[in-house]
Amino acid sequence: MRQSSIIDIISPVMAGPSSSHTAGAVRLGLLARNVYNAKPDKITFKLYNSYALTGKGHGTDKGLLAGILGFSVDDVRIKNVFDTPEAKQINYGFEYYEDFNRHPNAVDFVFEGGLNMTISGDSIGAGEIVLTKINKFSVNLDGKYNTLLLVYEDMPGVISSVTGIIQKDNVNIASLHCDRSGKGRDASMCICLDGELSKHCLAEVSELKHMYIVRYIKKLES
Amino acid sequence: MEHVITTFRQLYYACKEKNKTIYEVALDYEVSKGEYSEYNVRLQAAKSLNAMKEAIKIGLNSTEPSPSGMSGDDCDKLQKRFKDSGAVLGKTAQKIMTYALATSEQNLRMGIIAACPTAGSCGIVPAVLIAYAEDNNISENDQINALITAGEVGRIVSVKMALAGAVGGCQAECGVASAMATAALTQMRGGSIKQIINAAALALKNVLGLTCDPVCGLVEIPCVKRNPFLAIHAVTASELAMAGIISKIPADEVVDAMEQTGKLMSPLLKESSQGGLAKTKTAIALEKNILK
Repeated sequence: MRQSSIIDIISPVMAGPSSSHTAGAVRLGLLARNVYNAKPDKITFKLYNSYALTGKGHGTDKGLLAGILGFSVDDVRIKNVFDTPEAKQINYGFEYYEDFNRHPNAVDFVFEGGLNMTISGDSIGAGEIVLTKINKFSVNLDGKYNTLLLVYEDMPGVISSVTGIIQKDNVNIASLHCDRSGKGRDASMCICLDGELSKHCLAEVSELKHMYIVRYIKKLES
Repeated sequence: MEHVITTFRQLYYACKEKNKTIYEVALDYEVSKGEYSEYNVRLQAAKSLNAMKEAIKIGLNSTEPSPSGMSGDDCDKLQKRFKDSGAVLGKTAQKIMTYALATSEQNLRMGIIAACPTAGSCGIVPAVLIAYAEDNNISENDQINALITAGEVGRIVSVKMALAGAVGGCQAECGVASAMATAALTQMRGGSIKQIINAAALALKNVLGLTCDPVCGLVEIPCVKRNPFLAIHAVTASELAMAGIISKIPADEVVDAMEQTGKLMSPLLKESSQGGLAKTKTAIALEKNILK
């Protein structure tokens, strides 16, 4: 497992008042925005446990929305995000739940539109976050690596085809996480990378047979 | 690859073996992990240090109330008191208290601060580090070294325990910040490796069981005032450690105890605002007024 770095401990520089509930919320929003990668008709934010109970007081709602709008954690507009022109252009709502099977600071982003997608994430402390689920697939996306996220039909040889293409770019794979809904059914692959993938490489992955979703998610600024 | 450093014991022996300071070993280790260069780490530390100084500057001159209206003018009150009447403790201690309040009040105004390790505890490390540095002509470079020393202490604790009130209570936030601050201070004062680690252990030991029970779910009561308290707490730990006083329980075992204490702590006392101060009669009345 990846350890924190000193940089994680003495930063981020951010809008207050809570690293897990404000900055973490912004970063979850930013990452979910990059995963969805389209303009939704509607977003519902489902906040769980401590996020639901104390979220309002910590500006968690403002942070999540600011992230979805692409604001960085040290953006002075977060304080008044509901009044920004950007916020007025989208349709959003908040729901609050208690579910002690979920992390204390958990959120679901429910995107509706041309593509329906539910993205779940946790704010795990000190502004660190992790996306844990995209639709029915478990993932492990912490925004610290450039990440290739794929949804495809489960069959022999897909992983080696994809890693073979990545190898042509001479980019090292930091971690690889796979999941599937059943043998021969939908599957997901989450590949964290130490470098940058070329457009050519991404195109080649997209052209593989039975690829449903291909997303290249850039790492978040710390 | 350097040897893995996940405990204070490993950190101590790495320093001894290479005859290096904690910040030098910490930088070597960060670089060996391959994600950051020494330049990156120092740059980020400088960026945080600048944000800390900026937050203090703005906070010292602001009385803007928090969105709830419950706080925002405590730093102003304290400065006036010190100006008129002085204080029991010396000039640097006065500065530490005011800087800690200035920063944490900036934080609750949704102002820009450096989380260190978290936003709720953001006043502690800068208050101790910057007040001492100003009064003792510590160079910018040595301030960065001290901040990296603090970061290393926080990092090692975070290997065993997430630094979040919702996971470990306030001991994991303001408590760890106090341990980080005392490490930075002891570093700037020329303390030995052993003294720095001992200072951190002493500070941590004295905050075990500290709950996170914010009134109305806001980072205000008791968080804002806890920052100046735990900043002075960090100074005490440094004084004890510099006198050669040893934590009889080694730092790593104190962290183990802290982790266990965090797990045993009821969820009602871990940032859920369902117990402790948050459920007092006055808190419930405030809740009705503020969150209506």
